[in-house]
Amino acid sequence: MLRVRDVTKSFVGNLVLRGASLDVHPGEVVGLVGENGAGKSTLMKILAGVHEPDAGTIEIGGEPVSFGHPVQAQQAGIATVFQEFNLLPERTIAENIYLGREPRNGRLVDVAGMEREARSLLEGLGITGLDPTRRVRTLSVAEQQIVEIAKAVSLDARVIQMDEPTAALADHEVALLYDIIGNLTSRGVAIIYVSHRLREVLDLCRTVTVLKDGEQVDTRPAAELDEGTLVRLMVGRPMSSFFPSARPGTQPGDIRLELREAGNDHVDGVDLALRAGEIVGVAGLQGSGRTELLEAIFGMAPLTRGQLLIDGDPVTIRSPRQAIRSGLALVTEDRKATGLALQQSILDNALGVVRSVFPGRTPAAQRDVPGLLGSLSVSARSLSQEAQFLSGGNQQKVVLARWLTTHPRIVLLDEPTRGIDVGAKHAIYEVMRELAAEGVAVLMVSSELPEVIGMSDRILVMRDGRLAGELPAGSTEESVLALATGVDEVAS
Amino acid sequence: MSIAVRPGRTISSTTIVFAVLVLAIVAGTIITAVNGRNFFSVGNIDNVLTTMTILGLIAVGQTLVILVGSLDLSVPFVVSLASVTAGGIMAGQTGRILPAVLVTLLIAAVIGLANGLIVSYLHVHGFIATLGTGLILAGYLASNFEGNQGAAPRAFRLLDATRIGPVPIATLIMLGCALLAILMLRRTRLGHHIYAVGGHAEVARMSGVRTATPIIAAHVICTVLSAVAGLLLLARLGVGQPTVGSQGGYDLMSIAAVVLGGTLLSGGKGNIVGTLAGVAIFAVLDNVMGVMQLNPFLKDVVRGVVIVVAVAVYARREIDRRPARFGSASPIPQEVR
Repeated sequence: MLRVRDVTKSFVGNLVLRGASLDVHPGEVVGLVGENGAGKSTLMKILAGVHEPDAGTIEIGGEPVSFGHPVQAQQAGIATVFQEFNLLPERTIAENIYLGREPRNGRLVDVAGMEREARSLLEGLGITGLDPTRRVRTLSVAEQQIVEIAKAVSLDARVIQMDEPTAALADHEVALLYDIIGNLTSRGVAIIYVSHRLREVLDLCRTVTVLKDGEQVDTRPAAELDEGTLVRLMVGRPMSSFFPSARPGTQPGDIRLELREAGNDHVDGVDLALRAGEIVGVAGLQGSGRTELLEAIFGMAPLTRGQLLIDGDPVTIRSPRQAIRSGLALVTEDRKATGLALQQSILDNALGVVRSVFPGRTPAAQRDVPGLLGSLSVSARSLSQEAQFLSGGNQQKVVLARWLTTHPRIVLLDEPTRGIDVGAKHAIYEVMRELAAEGVAVLMVSSELPEVIGMSDRILVMRDGRLAGELPAGSTEESVLALATGVDEVAS
Repeated sequence: MSIAVRPGRTISSTTIVFAVLVLAIVAGTIITAVNGRNFFSVGNIDNVLTTMTILGLIAVGQTLVILVGSLDLSVPFVVSLASVTAGGIMAGQTGRILPAVLVTLLIAAVIGLANGLIVSYLHVHGFIATLGTGLILAGYLASNFEGNQGAAPRAFRLLDATRIGPVPIATLIMLGCALLAILMLRRTRLGHHIYAVGGHAEVARMSGVRTATPIIAAHVICTVLSAVAGLLLLARLGVGQPTVGSQGGYDLMSIAAVVLGGTLLSGGKGNIVGTLAGVAIFAVLDNVMGVMQLNPFLKDVVRGVVIVVAVAVYARREIDRRPARFGSASPIPQEVR
């Protein structure tokens, strides 16, 4: 149905796509994988009508097409659900779905009809209980994604591209997405599925296309592939070294951070002890209070009950500034909104926290920055490049640099590898191991279970704002899920 | 699969504005009574409605401009220009009312078109674009008009003098324009697209909305409504005055009324009904302070406090989005030592 042949694209002399091809048949799910910078996003944006290709052809149903505007791609039957949703938070679900195509009754917009259509559209996707008059701002990430998909369906899309659709979803929401994808493919809609989560790609897709450095490395039926092969195709690095092991001689030391019966409006009754040199993972469903726990420790929503001790001394932390002064660092889950100043240079970002909290240490930190960025292997043109022009992986490394320049003793990480490529993930894992070897205590929240299991010395599982339990290193995904959902056996 | 409906609907900002308005009216009634007068007397209500009419018209236009993500600082000069232009053309003759009104509205539309084109195609923010066109108009008015201009014929002055019950015709014109604007926002594509472009221009563009159209339309409607306000001022004063707009401070007062009415200054969220309530709050405050014979500087202090407190309240509501999980059910908070 959709044939892409030898598409090339360069930006300011930089060849990012050199001859990519793709075949998509009705009702199939095609996986598109590759590291960030491999050209996946560019290929998607070309199919979405955001960019025009320099060379190559796109055919839909045998007809050659070219898009100068996203609307033309939509009219041709290709809809795209980007990672950053194209939704208006202050408008309702129905208004968002029919934006630009509001049904009219004479001259006036038929609001009731629009809501009715939106409802039946959602019900067609198997979703009940989502009121089309709700404002998008009040929806969860998963619900917003459903709205995007419903919008694509309302456009009569024959191909729906999804960019990292599960990046921000908890596991039970992923199951819902799988159901929706199954529903769509049974109607003959084809899905182009772009994800860093290789297991998902293998589970969902009939064929998988691997891109590397703008070139198509391979296209194979998913049945012939496993995760190890995919990683090797993407980066040329075997799977076994994916989660680096602890540095030799890393030993859990004294307790760095301790919470006793701690709580606020969002978490309650938290007892935990974090030792120097430890990496502790925090797992749990979306909304189980993982982020809220980090925010409570870091003084963003200060604790109102219980005790917080650092190196055995009770400490009151009422603001992030106090937390930083106490030796804490927090890498937030949304690097673009809260991690970085996108319009500032790499250098200014790396020094952002030091400058405001420890001004006296700025000159020393400034001397350290080039070496630090080098050890993180940040690829950028210069230190004065604005953070917004970096890839997601490099941005995340700059976020880490921003905190490492403060020489923290306790590092809190919230989804540290969300939406970044395999190479950058690996670099961040190495940094975590290095920190642990230096005696830093690391607390990592992550929705990716393999990551929690692969990196953690211990795993804390949260449920409904409380710690549901603790599991040792090397626990199975099933045991983590059982604790997170509160059922003994996990039916899949 | 079914999705649970989450509880915890927050009070809308329109509800808050109306609560404040009711509060202001109650306080006004008491204060007026203490001063030995009746707030709801025909004369007093007339005073409040008259104050509302001019600012209301401009604020309705300003709401559209702010919703689409822009601002209009040129409104006071459009008001003045409308007043002197129409006054000059009418020159006291009844037969010239219609051409005067048409020419005035046309000129205003052209100014709005210029504002809209500068904002949408030259990508100059509305603040600067209309500051510029406003300055041009101010300079033109100051160098070409001195003192009162022309005269409104008696028939035109009836617009201000006639009442249906206690309500002046001028106020009905304002309310009619507001109703049309509400209908436009709720039930036309243009209205929906004004919200969309103000909410996120790129999202609107990706959905196939021509983003320039709503911006230009909002600016044109805003200047035309300001010109209507200028015409009503002409009807009230009988002569065109080149400084009538700037003396009213309608640029900042209209923006204040819009924001007080719960519209987001950055655009994409808000409504006309809230704006009208915001205008009414200012009118009631002015009226009560007039009855109390308050020092005019103190009046400004009161207005300033109202604006800042209102926006601070809205901002707090924005922050407290995430419902507490343990807040209400938990025991008395202890200090963390």
